[in-house]
Order: sequence, then C-alpha cells, then structure tokens
Amino acid sequence: MNSSDLSVVICGEAGQGIQTVEHFLTRVLKHAGYNVFATKEYMSRIRGGSNSTEIRISSRRVYAFLDRIDIFIPLDKDAVSHLRHRLSSETLILMDAEKIGTQVDVEGYRVVNVPFSRLAAEAGGPIYANTVAVGVLAGMLGIEAGIPEWYIKDRFSSKGEDVVGKNMQALGKGMETGSGLAASSGLNLDITKDSQISDEIILAGIEAVSMGALAGGCDFIASYPMSPSTGVLTFLAEHAADFGVVVEQAEDEISAVNMALGAWYAGARAMVTTAGGGFALMEEGVSLAGMIESPLVIHLGQRPGPATGLPTRSEQGDLELALYSGHGEFPRIILAPGTIEDAFYLTRRAFYLADKHQVPVFIMTDQSLADAFYNMAPFDLSGFEVERHIVETDKDYRRYVITPDGLSPRGIPGYGDGLVVLDSDEHDEEGHITEDLDLRTRMVDKRLAGMKGIEAEIIPPELIGPAGYSNLIVCWGSTINAVREAMERMGRDDLAALYFKQVHPLHQDTAGYLAKAGKIINIESNATAQFARLLKIHTGLDIEDKILKYNGLPFSVEEIEEKLSGILSM
Amino acid sequence: MDARLYDMGNIDIAWCPGCGNFSILTILKDALAELEIDPHDLVIVSGIGQAAKTPHYLKCNLFNGLHGRALPPATAVKAANPRLTVIAEGGDGDMYAEGGNHFIHAIRRNPDITNVVHNNMVYGLTKGQASPTSQKGFVTPVQITGVYVEPFNPLAVAIALDASFVARAFAGDQEQTREILKQAVRHKGYALVDIFQPCVTFNKINTYKWFKEHTYYLDETHDPRDRVAAFARATESERLPLGVFYISPDRAVFEDNLLAYRDNKEPLYLRSTDRQEKLSNLLNSSK
Repeated sequence: MNSSDLSVVICGEAGQGIQTVEHFLTRVLKHAGYNVFATKEYMSRIRGGSNSTEIRISSRRVYAFLDRIDIFIPLDKDAVSHLRHRLSSETLILMDAEKIGTQVDVEGYRVVNVPFSRLAAEAGGPIYANTVAVGVLAGMLGIEAGIPEWYIKDRFSSKGEDVVGKNMQALGKGMETGSGLAASSGLNLDITKDSQISDEIILAGIEAVSMGALAGGCDFIASYPMSPSTGVLTFLAEHAADFGVVVEQAEDEISAVNMALGAWYAGARAMVTTAGGGFALMEEGVSLAGMIESPLVIHLGQRPGPATGLPTRSEQGDLELALYSGHGEFPRIILAPGTIEDAFYLTRRAFYLADKHQVPVFIMTDQSLADAFYNMAPFDLSGFEVERHIVETDKDYRRYVITPDGLSPRGIPGYGDGLVVLDSDEHDEEGHITEDLDLRTRMVDKRLAGMKGIEAEIIPPELIGPAGYSNLIVCWGSTINAVREAMERMGRDDLAALYFKQVHPLHQDTAGYLAKAGKIINIESNATAQFARLLKIHTGLDIEDKILKYNGLPFSVEEIEEKLSGILSM
Repeated sequence: MDARLYDMGNIDIAWCPGCGNFSILTILKDALAELEIDPHDLVIVSGIGQAAKTPHYLKCNLFNGLHGRALPPATAVKAANPRLTVIAEGGDGDMYAEGGNHFIHAIRRNPDITNVVHNNMVYGLTKGQASPTSQKGFVTPVQITGVYVEPFNPLAVAIALDASFVARAFAGDQEQTREILKQAVRHKGYALVDIFQPCVTFNKINTYKWFKEHTYYLDETHDPRDRVAAFARATESERLPLGVFYISPDRAVFEDNLLAYRDNKEPLYLRSTDRQEKLSNLLNSSK
C-alpha cells in the first residue's frame, strides 16, 4: 500500500447503489481537500451482474485507472470472484460477513467484518447501507462529520426530514465503525490535504463535453441514445430551458444527423452525440455536410465494436471510421480530448471550427473518459466569445460563390434579401443542381481549398516530459492519462510523451517531434494501431514498438509502466 | 401576391414533357401567392427524385438534401426558426420508402410544416421500378411477375397516427388541389397532402384518364373531425376519395413544446450567445 495514494474499489450488482456511493464519497473527499479520481466498469444490463467503481484518494492529482486495490468492498458474493485477479495480500477487504461472508472464499486475504446491513437496518432500513459505507470510509480517513452531513442535507432534504435523519444515523454508525477500523486495521495513511481543492469542481468527461458544447454556443441537439454518448443528450435536456437548447430524441441516427444539418441551415448551432454503431448510420449526413459545406459537430463516444460489440466498455477503435466516413472527398476536423479539461475546451472549440470553416468537426472520446471524473480547477470562461459566422444576405446572394480561400459567406433563410439554396447534388454558385462538369471540378477544388484555413489553426500535439527525450510515446485521446501517470512513476529523464488532441489534420510539427526520438512507442486502445498508421501516412515513419489494448478496459497505470519498461530495456 | 414572383425565368427543367410535376409546380406557386408568403420566408426541404427537384424551379430558400431525408431537416428548420414557412416535398419513394421511418415520426412530432408528396405509384428517376404505392399486379423490370406486396397506404397510416391534417389531391385538378394545399399550409401542425401525379413515361396504368375515372371528391357529408370515418375513407379502394380526410382536433405543435421556447420566442439565431454567467453558475454547482 502506498500511504499517500489510496485506491478503494466497491463492487456489486447493478442497482445496488454503487454510483450513489461513488458520487457521495468523491464529493465528500473533495470537500475535505483530497484529490480524488473515480472510474467505473459496468455490464450492459439494468440489474444484476458485477459492476465496480474505483475511487482514488491521493496527495497529488490522479486521473487514471489503477490495477492495485488497497481497500475492497464487495457488496455481493460475485464481487470477489469478479475482481480476484486484482486483489493481493495487501488488500484490505471490508466485507459484511453476516450477509455474504459464508458464501465467498476469502482465505488468505486480510478481511475485516463490517456489518453494513445490520448498521443500515439499525439506522432505518437496508437502503441506508450506501450511506453506512460512505461513513465507514470517511471515518477511516478521519474526515470531519460536518462534510458528509452537509452532503446529506444538500441531497436529501427534498425527500423530507425522516430521510435526512436516517441518513445521518447511518452516517454516524458508519463513521464510528470506520474510526475504529483506522486504528485496528493497521492502515497507515498519510494523504495530504489541500484546502484549495475543496473549491475545485468535479466533472465527468461526458459532462465536460456537454458544458463545452454549451460554452461553444450549442443550441440544438438531436440524437438517439447510445452508450457511452447519451450523457450529452441528457445533460443538454436538463438545461434546455435555461440555455435555450432544442433537444430532440430522434427516431434513428439518420434522422438525428439530418436534423442537425437542417438546424445549422436555419441558423442554429447543432450537434449530435453517438457511438460507433450509431455513427455508422450518420455517415450519409457527414457526406452531406461535406457537399453543402455545412458546419456539424459530432461527438463520437467510442466503445468496442464491430457491431454491438461491448456496449458499456471502452476502446479507441473508431479513428479510421471517423477519418474516412462519408463518401466523396471533403475536408473535416477530428479532435480527440484525452483529459476532462480538454473535453470542455475542445468541444467548445469544435463549434467555433465547424462554424468558421463550414465543415464537420468530430470530438472523439471513449467510455473511459466519458465516465471518469476527478477534481480540477474551474474552467476558464473568460476571453472567449461565441462568434457566429453567418451573414445577412443581399438580393444577389449566392451561397457557393467561389472565393480564393474556398469559403463562401454562409447565409441563412429569413435573414436578409437573398435566398439560401443548397443541394446535395453538385451545384452551381447559387446552389442549384448542375451537371456542368467543368463547374464540378471548380466546386471540388473550392471545397478542398478550405483545408488551407483549417491547417492554419491545428492544435499542436502536447509534449509531456523532457524536451531532450530520446524515447517518445505517441498517443491520442484518453490514453494520455495512464501514460502520464506511468511516466511520473518511472521518473525517466529520457522519456517523453506526445499527446495528440487533434488527430486530423495533423500538425506540421509532428514529423519533427518524431524525428528527434531514437525510439518511438505507440500506445492506443485498439488492436491494429490505427493512429500509428495515420502517423505513417503523415510522416512516412513506421512505428515498430506498440502497446495496444482492446479487451474493453482502459489501460491501467501499472500495465503501461510494465510494458514500457520492457520496451525501454530492450 | 402575384404568382410570377416565384418564377425562376428561363431555366432548364428536368421533367419529361407532360409530367404531372409541372402542374403541381404551378399549383404550388399559385397557392403560395394567394397565401401571400414571401419567398424569403419560405423554406422548401426535399430529398431525391424527380419530385424532389421541385424547389429548384421556384424562388424560395431550399434545402435539397438526401434521399428520404426531407422530413428531419424540415422539422429542424422549423424548430430553429418557427417564423419560417416550411414545406417538405418529394415523391412516394422518397417519403414513404427511404423516408418511411421519418414519415411516421414526423407525424408523431407534429411540427408546423406541410408535407407535399407527389404520388405517381412508380419510381421515375431510377427508371420504372415499383414504388411503395404501386398497385398489386404492376409489372416492372424488377417486379417482373407484377407487384405482389401490399401497397403502402399513407393516408390510413397518417390517420392511424392521429396526424394533424391529412388530405389527398390530384395534379390534374389545379383548382381543387390549390385550395387543399392552401388549407394545408394554413393549418398549424403537420399537414400531409398526397397528390396523385401521373408519370407519363413509366406508369402506363395510372394515367390522367385512370385517375379521373378512379377518384371522387369527399363532399360535405364527410366530417374531417371524425377519425373513424376518415380511416374508412382512406381504405376505400374501388374509387379513391380526394379532399381533406382528417383534421385532428387536439394536437399540440412540436416547436411549441420545446423548452428552448418556453421563456424566449425568438428564433435561435437571434439570441445572445453570451452564456458566461449561466455557465459560471453551472460550474459552481459542480463543486
């Protein structure tokens, strides 16, 4: 056990309230001034199965999944077998022996009996077991009671005094038990608190995408629910009245993307949120956006495919799908935020880029980023204004007037004296259907000319680690989190990571970064190293060393450290 | 208003000589002129097919999107800017086959748009295959033994879904069709106008003469508020009724239900994009 970095895992059936504990405990810990991180893995079912959440409590900022479990709380008999491979002789198992103790084999582990069910019953009923569990952990960490009490009042006062009172009792019983355990279990915790942390925010990746959309001026979303992307739809629905967002659950993804394009046409700032399978249905819309030179923002939350794949798990397998989606040739932009902060800033930026360059812009996340959360400084909202790139039309307005930079001023119907005409067929400058083949060539050239403007504002890859590296990790999106932490643990002065948050088009400095490295290691969550292939197209360089994972779970810090160490010792 | 305001001048029109689409184009321009709808406030959304080319042949804002996909963007245009008059137009293949799912759900949503469907019971642009409304026995290069699947009945489906406004017209009768179309555009809510349109090139069965002989107009004995009667009329097959079949008495309009318009009636593009304060509050609630 690392005394300044604790990993707590709670595992049970879907419906047992693991997410309630996760929310409760992380807020309380953050208010107490601890750095926290939480990530969950769950099965594609509504009740039953084995789901777990990992909560890390640390002296320094942590943002990645850890294999190691310091404290394990199994809520049912299957939990132990589900995560046995991650338990060690060091792991402290807090288990309700009265409830599940006789049914599981925990011989050889450090087990402490905590009667969660009995304490909950004493407080008022089995539903208070979650609050007892939070209390136990809060007690073990020596958190002052006022903080969880504040949370209970804040969350439950709408449910009446009785509910608040019983939760308070459950909390008290849990904390009492926890304080006793801290002494008797030999836990030697020394996690540093920082009072500034209590004023920070906690957000999940999916919430950061949603808030980034609101910050980017999003006022229209049409989508069909699909894990792990649905959170954007629900978040915007919750805030639809306050922010003035049209929210529509479409009959299918085809409808969703065509609605989004109709909305942009009429002056809205629209997005869709989906996963790979849903996005496959949207491809015709991406192509349409290319032809009609429409802005479009697509949040593509990746999960393992092909087909339905592993619906609730994580992968980075859709890079090439996004890159090559839609028939025909036209420009596009693909952003891949890896951190929760970047999920906010890049989604905000996606609306700016889409509107300015009149192209589809992708925000690619994955389940591990969407569902993870940690404490962070509040986002900087200053100095950013939403720019609307629409023009008031005059009576001779031509939507597709050919210009040197390829961009034609975008008018919308009902704003000005002109008419706004667009067609999915090849069209003339007015937007009317044409089969003039010379004009066709000029129109293709015009659409592709827009790439120049896009290339002028590519987000450069971020170099993490020493500038004088000889070994360079290349990764994109959420993989950076485990990579960053593994690098910190390894502490090598010859190892750096290049984190790409825009994967198309790639920044011109890319080749230079790669050329400086003696050894390049590609790390990504898919089986065929799609990003390495993209880098080869861009730079001509073949990356031989790869760390790939595609079992549906995100990389853990330990496995990256272990595999990197192996590669670097060769 | 003068219908010539909608004229495009000397343009190349891709329809066959004698096509029923010419008649529908004229009717549409006349109806819009009589309703005093300024072309700048009009958006026609269409999909793909010969009928879907219609908006290119009159002065209007137009979104000629993908095959089968007129209704989703039309719904979105109306939702983004409720001040616009929105028409979704296309053929029977476009609306009822490729766009069949959208047809069902547009009726359920009930946006204030008019859905004009040129129904010629055949695929023209792909050269003569059966459409969803082709009648049984209709022989084509694909359905070589004749159509044996049940024809799609758009009116019956629409009435079953309690569509806001359901009508059928005939391109060969400009006067009556114009009046039906005007009523549909004026109607607040989703309005379906299925227009029988002879295809002179690929449908030698359902000709002008055939439609004249096989249709009749609903008279004053039909109450368009009577859903059961409307459904019965829609399923008649010997002679096909024309006119307004059904007007639902109590359908709320899609865009009126949107929370985005609860506190603010302005079209989305006219609203302030300054959300700093609200975002700041939202961030603080995540502490």
